[in-house]
Amino acid sequence: MLQLVLFNVTNGLIIGAFYVLMALGVAMILNLSNVINFAHGNFLALGGYLAFMLIPYTGFWVALLVSPLLVGLLGYIIEQTMVRRVYNRDPVYSLLLTFGLSFIIQDVCRYIWGPNGLPLTVPDSLSQGLSEDLFFITGYRVFMMTIVIVSIVGLFAFLRYTRLGVRIRAGTLDLDTVAALGINVRLLRSLNFAVGIFLAGLAGVLASGQIGLNPNMGDDLLLPAFIAIIVGGVGSLTGTLLGGLLIGVASALTTVFWASAQEAVIYVIMALVLLVRPRGLMGEEGMFT
Amino acid sequence: MSATTTGRLGHARPGVPQWTTAAVVWVVLLSAPLWLGYVGGYTALASHVVVMALVAMALNFLLGFTGVMSFGHAAYFGLGAYGAGLTLRYLSDSTWFAMLNGILLGGIAGTLLGLLICRRRGVYFAMVTIAFGQIFYYIAYRWDDFTGGYDGLRGFSRQPLGIGPWTIDIQGNGTLFYYFVLFVFALSIALMTFLLRSPFGRTLIAIRENQRRAQFLGIAVNKHIWLSFSISCFFASTAGALYALLNNFADPTSLHYNLSGVIVIMVVMGGMRSFWGPLVGAAIYVVLQDYISSMTVNWMSFVGLMFVFVVMFFPRGILGMLQRRPST
Amino acid sequence: MINNTAACTARKGDGRMGIPYKSSIGNLSIGRRRLLQAGATVGALQVASPYIIKARGEESIKLGWIDPLTGSLSSLAVSETEGAKYTVAAINKKGGVLGRQLELLVEDSANDVGTGVQKARKLIDRDKVDAIFGDVNSGIAYAIMGVTAEKKIFHIVPGGHTDPITGKDCKWNTFRVCNTTAMDAAAITKTLVQKFGKRFFFITPDYAYGHTLQDNFVKNLKALGGEYSGDMLPIAATEFSATLIKAKAYKPNVLLNNMGGLAQIDCMKQFVQFGLAKDMALGGALFELESVKSVPKEAQAGWWDMEWWWDQPGVPHVAEYVADVKKELGKTPSARHWFGYVAIHSFRLAAEKAKSLEGPKLVAALEDMELPPEIALQPGKVIYRKGDHQLMPNIFTGEVHPPKGNPDNVFTVAALVPGEDAAGSVADTGCKMTYPS
Repeated sequence: MLQLVLFNVTNGLIIGAFYVLMALGVAMILNLSNVINFAHGNFLALGGYLAFMLIPYTGFWVALLVSPLLVGLLGYIIEQTMVRRVYNRDPVYSLLLTFGLSFIIQDVCRYIWGPNGLPLTVPDSLSQGLSEDLFFITGYRVFMMTIVIVSIVGLFAFLRYTRLGVRIRAGTLDLDTVAALGINVRLLRSLNFAVGIFLAGLAGVLASGQIGLNPNMGDDLLLPAFIAIIVGGVGSLTGTLLGGLLIGVASALTTVFWASAQEAVIYVIMALVLLVRPRGLMGEEGMFT
Repeated sequence: MSATTTGRLGHARPGVPQWTTAAVVWVVLLSAPLWLGYVGGYTALASHVVVMALVAMALNFLLGFTGVMSFGHAAYFGLGAYGAGLTLRYLSDSTWFAMLNGILLGGIAGTLLGLLICRRRGVYFAMVTIAFGQIFYYIAYRWDDFTGGYDGLRGFSRQPLGIGPWTIDIQGNGTLFYYFVLFVFALSIALMTFLLRSPFGRTLIAIRENQRRAQFLGIAVNKHIWLSFSISCFFASTAGALYALLNNFADPTSLHYNLSGVIVIMVVMGGMRSFWGPLVGAAIYVVLQDYISSMTVNWMSFVGLMFVFVVMFFPRGILGMLQRRPST
Repeated sequence: MINNTAACTARKGDGRMGIPYKSSIGNLSIGRRRLLQAGATVGALQVASPYIIKARGEESIKLGWIDPLTGSLSSLAVSETEGAKYTVAAINKKGGVLGRQLELLVEDSANDVGTGVQKARKLIDRDKVDAIFGDVNSGIAYAIMGVTAEKKIFHIVPGGHTDPITGKDCKWNTFRVCNTTAMDAAAITKTLVQKFGKRFFFITPDYAYGHTLQDNFVKNLKALGGEYSGDMLPIAATEFSATLIKAKAYKPNVLLNNMGGLAQIDCMKQFVQFGLAKDMALGGALFELESVKSVPKEAQAGWWDMEWWWDQPGVPHVAEYVADVKKELGKTPSARHWFGYVAIHSFRLAAEKAKSLEGPKLVAALEDMELPPEIALQPGKVIYRKGDHQLMPNIFTGEVHPPKGNPDNVFTVAALVPGEDAAGSVADTGCKMTYPS
């Protein structure tokens, strides 16, 4: 029994790490620009599909890097042409815009690559289990965890130590003052958006190696991302990190005892957090009140 | 303040009494079964438009008149549908009773949830409404034995209405059912107009215009937002109950946030600040979607483009644009 | 602070939603109005045009086809629809039905019941179709059955699987081509028990279809003296590691993957990735060709049912059909293509036998009808059973494997189980057919 629980906690951390990657992208865009990116799951799918197109030419490792960059670039362009227009308006418009983009991207993916699932070939070196006992920790999952950890660490380092990162963090707290200090806020928002989308694309490449490609693949990951943010606390990336891990582990543990409730437990946690500590585990009081 | 902006619900055309718009709308709606066939429509489509118009106007009560954005309204719509459906399936044969239960289920859920979230604002409020909406979606599709789960709730159908000694066959006759839907719609509109014209309604508009100032004036902003949310949910669940009767079916998709997004776009497309805007938006959306999805499999792109288009170029919606504001 | 000022800006009154917008109103408003007017005119014209076209096309027989062409079931729905379109074209080339050409009106139910019902009403009320076909999504199929029964329209469900459609919710006007879960479960269980053993572990989606499927498996398994355990998971689950860990601990002879669509594929992949293939066999009810081709080759394994298979050497007509479909559609037909093919031909056969297009007469004609060999495309007698309107084809049980030679050669048939044997009696299904007076 203890072994089973331990297995599942480890597994939960792996799943949770994935939720975190997704949620961080959404959170970054939300915190700085006040935009809920409904299309995040679709950018994820796009990342996977682009990798699928690139792999025959460049191999897996290069595609892993290039595909998110391409998707991030697309995100940058979309931000410049469309999202930027709705910043100063009622938040309903940015929601509707990303919602519409979500439909369009999903349909384009279906149109180009068809409604059927497509497999993504992953290098054989990654496909084996670690050992007899730890058979469920395949090389690919370890790889995924590694990339996710590297990305998260990289993201936090970026936000802490680079100029752009510091500006983004400052902007999250008080955008007016940042603008008053002479920083190009437009560019800041665009780059921030692009970084968020880059994370989505990266998550997409990783996910497709695991579950294959299909136009709807991002849909089921969007809501856990939202919940991770709500649970962790809006405005705090560390909170989002904790939130994602928490729901991943909770979901995996629930599977041991009551398999069909593995989705429900995520909602229950969210409801509890909203009742008991509405700002989230690490949220700041006063954000969005 | 110019005289035209007060005393009207967002209609600022000087000199034109509000009742002309209402008159035009009612003439069109009442006569629809007569001319619908000639333009390639069908009665079920008209009923669908009216149902969606009702839920869009319900959302507009919250969004356009109180200035609060909910992106999870489909949940209450869906709860209304399930309430009505479950009643007809398990409890009784009375359409009236089914409607009552549907309205109560969605309305009460909304009222309770509103208590939880009325303190939040902006995108956070929206996010939480989405997440709560999904909870109901999840319950509906997991609680198989009761709600029919993923396959939806079936095995019920609308029953002929009994009013005193007469029976109106809304079950077999699509046109009669359309008029029934229109009747419920009319009652709801009347109630909504009454509320919006009352001091309560004025307070909501004040909150929309400037929450801070409303607070300084001593208005209990949170309480009003909660009440507005609650009322909006009651109307949304009324629409949901009608929807279940229209299809003789209720399913989890009517609870999903995709539908919530569609309701919002109908409101925005028609004109958020105008009373009849959502009706126009609903009509356009339902008809377009019906038409385009027959033409091409890629109708999702068109719908998405429509969202983007409206947001970027017609944010005030159609009726919003047709209103000419006097220069302020 | 920042958020409040942003909130204040956002809540400005009508027309002041951002400075650039206001100043451009004067210049662009006329242009936008014109655009709106033009758009409205074009829209009105297009909406009116079906009426015009209808007058011209009075002679053709209209068939309404409703399927979820978008959404998670789209790959299966697209195959069925292609199969139907191909069949309609082929029939029209040979002169149509009762001397009239067929016209297939395809509508997308988008995996949403409200849309499906609306399209059904549209096809019946506005387009005046003589028959309705649909839907792959069982929930939508039921809802449409309600509409078609009310309007007395002939209805065939080509590919929606849940049992109650020809079971306890059966309707007098509806027929079904694809199998029930009872049939699929019964067919494969014996093979699995004979080859591997009696200890099963189920991974089943937690909704009506999954429940009935597992219940049917359990019934058959218990009859053979077997034992089982399992997990019920969300329909769209992507993570199976926790359940697979349990499975490994249980040490079954066979793991039954009852999941559908993508979930099934993900489960297979993870099963193989975790190296469980050496500990236990893999099997289940349906693993459709579309899904098999979209998994990597390690996951192309296990023992399954196919509801129809293209490679039947020695059976007349099959090779020609396969070659013709390959020529027209560019792909090898799957069971879904065959469903579309059978559904349309069933309509033709019923109409030709009844010499009429009225719903009740078509229904009477199709009951107990045996499909001719060039439609059945398999050995044995393939009949629409009168008691529940369920088609009784053979069920092809066998092993899925990576392609051998031909990229579509991913399944080797081990045994053909006649549908009637697998299905159980009409009484078992719970169908009580009531006809309108």
